[in-house]
Amino acid sequence: MTAPCAPDKTMETLAETPTFADAEINRKLSADDKLDLLREMVRIRQFEMVALSNFQKGIHMGGFLHLYIGQESVATGTISLLGDNDHVITAYRNHGHALACGMSMNECMAELFGKATGCSKGKGGSMHFFAPDKNYWGGHGIVGGQTPLGLGIAYGVKYKGLKGCCLCYMGDGAVNQGAFHESQNLASLWDIPVIYIIENNGYSMGTSLSRSSAYKKCLAARAEAYNIEWDVINGEDLYEVRAKTQIAIDRAHNESRPTVLEIDTYRYYGHSVSDAKHKGGYRDEEEIERYKRDHDPIQLWKNRLTTEGILTDEIFQKIESEAKQEARAAAKFAEESPLPEPADIFSDVYYEVDKDTEAGRTGRHFFND
Amino acid sequence: MALIEYREALNQAFAEEIERDPNVVLLGEEVAEYDGAYKVTRGLWKKYGSKRVADTPISEAAFIGMGVGAAMLGVRPVMELMFWSFCTVAYDQIVNNAGQIRYMSGGLINCPIVLRGPANGGTNVGATHSHTPENWLAAIPGLKVVCPATAYDAKGLMKTAIRDNDPVMFMENTTLYGEKWEVPEEEYLIPLGKADIKREGSDISLIAHGRSALIALKAAEVLASEHNINAEVLDLRSIRPLDEEAILNTVRKTHRVVLVDENKPFCAVSAQVTTLIQEKAFDDLDAPIHRVCSLDAPQIYSPELEKLQLPTVERVVQKVLSMA
Repeated sequence: MTAPCAPDKTMETLAETPTFADAEINRKLSADDKLDLLREMVRIRQFEMVALSNFQKGIHMGGFLHLYIGQESVATGTISLLGDNDHVITAYRNHGHALACGMSMNECMAELFGKATGCSKGKGGSMHFFAPDKNYWGGHGIVGGQTPLGLGIAYGVKYKGLKGCCLCYMGDGAVNQGAFHESQNLASLWDIPVIYIIENNGYSMGTSLSRSSAYKKCLAARAEAYNIEWDVINGEDLYEVRAKTQIAIDRAHNESRPTVLEIDTYRYYGHSVSDAKHKGGYRDEEEIERYKRDHDPIQLWKNRLTTEGILTDEIFQKIESEAKQEARAAAKFAEESPLPEPADIFSDVYYEVDKDTEAGRTGRHFFND
Repeated sequence: MALIEYREALNQAFAEEIERDPNVVLLGEEVAEYDGAYKVTRGLWKKYGSKRVADTPISEAAFIGMGVGAAMLGVRPVMELMFWSFCTVAYDQIVNNAGQIRYMSGGLINCPIVLRGPANGGTNVGATHSHTPENWLAAIPGLKVVCPATAYDAKGLMKTAIRDNDPVMFMENTTLYGEKWEVPEEEYLIPLGKADIKREGSDISLIAHGRSALIALKAAEVLASEHNINAEVLDLRSIRPLDEEAILNTVRKTHRVVLVDENKPFCAVSAQVTTLIQEKAFDDLDAPIHRVCSLDAPQIYSPELEKLQLPTVERVVQKVLSMA
């Protein structure tokens, strides 16, 4: 399921397409930078593979696990462009963005395990990773609910007089939420440097794009009605992701104008882990296999770097085994970490109570016996 | 002390806080160029400019959510809902984002935002515009809720709310904006979580918040002059945090309680206070706790009938007399 605007590229043609490799932002990449991008994508995938196997053991995790596998190039490519005053916020399929922003596998895995050493002390879970010190603002569970927050973060950057932006990610299933439309209107009206990134993986849970959204050309083109610049990106090509996203970032930094980007991508697993119908239900197994075979972003980047003479099988195996080891060590760290204490249920609710300020000591804040 | 309107007291609080802290911004529908739908923000846009005071489109989900996002980054937005009834349109942003962000981030992010506007019936605007959602919002751990009844309380609580580092839901009242009370010239703050005895008494406690505290005061006058009953009136002022000590103290003093509450009765603020009293002061009670709430139906438009739907002085007096 590709977005209608995106050309149907294959692995072979991509390797021969120099256009985006030649973009200025990509020409700046050293061989090491390119390997780092590969490493980041592989780390995200290995982290999630280990998370999945631990989820399936049925003892360490509860609830949801929305896997990003297949989409790694989107978070990796876009976040690789960000500077000190640029921010990131996303929805619940957020492990990739968190790692790409520099969060450690340990704190992320421990969060999945509900442990006190998790990034949110075991209070947020899979959908709610946060690292404000790395300009990473979550991890949000309600579809489209983060779109006004991303607007607000970008507004805050502008209010403080900083040259920055906020990348606000969402799935194709979020584009029909009213909050997103209201946010686009405000973003354009007030010249707010927010970049909305629709990661179009073709399915909002079990409902395909064609069954969920009405549009003329593509989802991003709806932005035209709000007088917002938009573009469509082939997400399997890191060069294209970086080149086109950089244009949006420049627009945000230099003109304080928003952009809507639709990045065509694909998830190999279900909406969450418990999605029995993702294979042979709402989509064919053949479709999944075709994407894995012909459109895998890691494989394509690997081919690119091999063609460019940067990557050998040996280097790749080293990158992969290091990532695997890091993920397994994170699972061990998570398993051995302590649970939060029952008393921790009541911390992190109110700032003033946590900090034991006079305000926090005045009046009753909790209503247990 | 100067006698000023409730709206003017709030206006002074905004001006003082805008001047004190460069991160304070006022946002909302018609708060700037129009001077506020109820003139609460009159003159502030002209004085402080569009960066500090700005009009938003009618788009509560986006602008409230934008305020929450900005607050996460350290801006301190004070956002007007033209009616608190419209919070339903932005409920996800208020409950899931403002209310949960600190918890879900394990305390890494806080959200110093104030959402404010009128929350009351009695103006014949029908069911959609007459909600009193202090109980809906106080039910969310992570949110704070205050309901000032007087200009003095409104100013002191607003200044505290703006400086508080948690999200504060500030409930005003269209029928009180034009009423005047004494407000000192010098700066003062009123802490959240502190109730106020608005009238000392010994025979019965009338516990209320918002405009209902004023109804209770009027009822207390009638009880004193016509029935020789000396009622104490405790104005909660702040719903969450709640001044439990003040509640228990008045119960221990009078041994009888009528709660006056503009909420509809089911899961009302007064229901929570009732449960608290019976848990902690059961032995001090000489009679069952009674409540006077808004009548339990959607708010009626018909002006004469809406008067009856709200807690009235007569209903409070009758309820107290029925307990004798």
